[in-house]
Amino acid sequence: MPLFYDARIRAYLYQVIAVGVVLLIAWVMFSTASANLAKQDIATGFGFLARQAGFVITETAITYEPTDTIGRAILVGIANTVKVSLLAALLGTILGLLVGIGRLSHNPVLSRLMLAYVEALRNVPLLLYLLLWYSLIISTFPPVKQAIQMLPGVFLSNSGLVMPALHWESGFSAMVTALVVGIAAAASVARILGRRRVVTGKDRPIALIATIALLLPLVAALLLANISVTWDVPELGRFRLSGGYHLRPEFVALLLGLTLSVSANVAEIVRAGIQAVSKGQWEAATALGLSRARTLKLVILPQALRIIIPPLTNTYLTVFKNSSLAIAIGYPDLVMVSNTIMNQTGQAIESIAIFMGVYLGLSILISLVMNWYNAKVALRER
Amino acid sequence: MKNRILQLCATVAGIAVGLVAATSANAATTLETVKARGKLICGVSMSTPGFATADAKGHMGGFDVDVCRAVAAAVFGDPEKVDFVLTNINTRFQALQSGEIDMLSRQTTLTFSREVSLGLDFGPTVFYDGQGLMVPKSLGVNSAKELTDAAICTLPGTTTAQNLSDFFRSIGGKFELVVFENPDENRNAFFSGRCEAISSDRSDLASIRAVANNPDDYVVLPETISKEPLAPAVRQNDSNWRDIVSWSAWMLMAAEERGITQANVDEMAKSEDPEIQRMLGVNEELGKMLNLDNKWGYNIIKGVGNYGEVFERNLGTKTALGLTRGPNTRWSEGGLLYAPPFR
Repeated sequence: MPLFYDARIRAYLYQVIAVGVVLLIAWVMFSTASANLAKQDIATGFGFLARQAGFVITETAITYEPTDTIGRAILVGIANTVKVSLLAALLGTILGLLVGIGRLSHNPVLSRLMLAYVEALRNVPLLLYLLLWYSLIISTFPPVKQAIQMLPGVFLSNSGLVMPALHWESGFSAMVTALVVGIAAAASVARILGRRRVVTGKDRPIALIATIALLLPLVAALLLANISVTWDVPELGRFRLSGGYHLRPEFVALLLGLTLSVSANVAEIVRAGIQAVSKGQWEAATALGLSRARTLKLVILPQALRIIIPPLTNTYLTVFKNSSLAIAIGYPDLVMVSNTIMNQTGQAIESIAIFMGVYLGLSILISLVMNWYNAKVALRER
Repeated sequence: MKNRILQLCATVAGIAVGLVAATSANAATTLETVKARGKLICGVSMSTPGFATADAKGHMGGFDVDVCRAVAAAVFGDPEKVDFVLTNINTRFQALQSGEIDMLSRQTTLTFSREVSLGLDFGPTVFYDGQGLMVPKSLGVNSAKELTDAAICTLPGTTTAQNLSDFFRSIGGKFELVVFENPDENRNAFFSGRCEAISSDRSDLASIRAVANNPDDYVVLPETISKEPLAPAVRQNDSNWRDIVSWSAWMLMAAEERGITQANVDEMAKSEDPEIQRMLGVNEELGKMLNLDNKWGYNIIKGVGNYGEVFERNLGTKTALGLTRGPNTRWSEGGLLYAPPFR
């Protein structure tokens, strides 16, 4: 067998065998499970997705009625999971950046305080924090009937924060378009002016000009398009506040727990990233006469970013998966909706396969986006 | 090198054969398995006062637990020869399907889709329950129909959330559903006022009320919004085992009809009544026909008492739950308990 002595062919052979083994094991597991389910007369297949769901989901990021299908209910679960994870990742990153910089402050009180913050959050399981925040919210605030009226129409109680909501009669799409145009204009203005500054060396108030570029289309839309809005003001009914926008304690507790957990991790990543930039960079910037704040913004953070991105990806993946702890405090995320479905249809394998598939797919998506960004900011050797 | 490849292939084949073999070794009947083990394994709920709780010494007691003990007494002549597995609402059916437990006695509602599509067989209904709503007295509500727009706490899945949806759709109202995975969180959210009402089976509401700081502050509303016949369940396609579980449950009911109690069962064994003689194994061979000891009926009643005794001990008016018999009284007194004849 001379072919076998060719290192390349041998490598291929090993890979084929490895894939074959994995497929064989998967096939054996699948066929065993199907045979056992058939033997026990348990229904199989994904036909149940088209059946009517019949159960209420209180917090929905997309519209949903109990008369919708089970498939739609799963989408609601996915949307709720994505909503809370995205917000937690965003808020947690901003907070974490500030805490991480604070950790390196020359002020000993501030840096010790930030150290305590990070250690307190990192060293206790997230689940306990979720239960703590939730219990605090529902036992500290008064019941709905004695809701605290903070501003006219804004009520705070142990069933959450209720505030007036804007109700668009017309002109909603015009405003959204104007907003998108404004953001694009502001970004390109900032970019062009930034380049001009590099070339000419003249400093212009870039932030001010960009803000004007952002607001102009919105003002134009307000003046030109037919926009009418009504305020949906909450009213106290017999039990609940009806109408308005309702921020529920389950969502707030989960968002708070996830955000704080992200911020503690991000703070450490940011601190490590900043400290990894060589001391010479600080000294060089100081020699040029840059203040500490400008050194950080213009010299250190851009270089630290390259080190920060890969561990940051991990943090984002973790927060996305940790959002499944929602089930402990009654926020209807994907896992909770799937559990309900599992209970009603008895089709556990299919339900779990769906939510595992969704978590896997979305996690890979997060990784891809972060890897793309990483490649973009990575050091290019010239 | 060639040898190593061969070795690898052999290992893989071995694993595959092993997996297939492991799955087909499930041929013994449940009764044989239970007898060989020397113990019954019964799935019950996690800490539900009145239905399944451990006392200070770790000894399990409760209505569901006593149903398990009755079956253990029928099989082994000893109500203590049973191990309890605490199952939660999501894993209870899987635990039974996979053979982890021999029977499920866990406040489980018999429904069409469960019996038909889950690979289960249900025994007779041992407790006629219905879903109700409980509110604090201070809310001043007298009927579930007044609860439109209220927030209601429940446990996930099951039929509870769906019944509430159906009920409020039928009266054209809306409500806010707050769902908790954990019964303790569910109770706490209700007691701290996150929800105006809590909904569950009426028996379960009684047990939630029993653990409140001041049970008199809470009231269960009169409406029963669903039928919840609670029944023990076994795996499908094992008639003998199903018969044993069913007739053990009916034995409890029949004993109450015939006035046989834990205390007088020895006395009653001397009775001239032919049906009592058949039940207690004095006459004929009913036990043998079930592949059990002929004194199975005697053992059940000696071990746990009759239905009335089981009910009063765990749920009755003298307990913390304080439930009246309601529909769970014998047919001759207007109730729904009706054991088929032992002949």
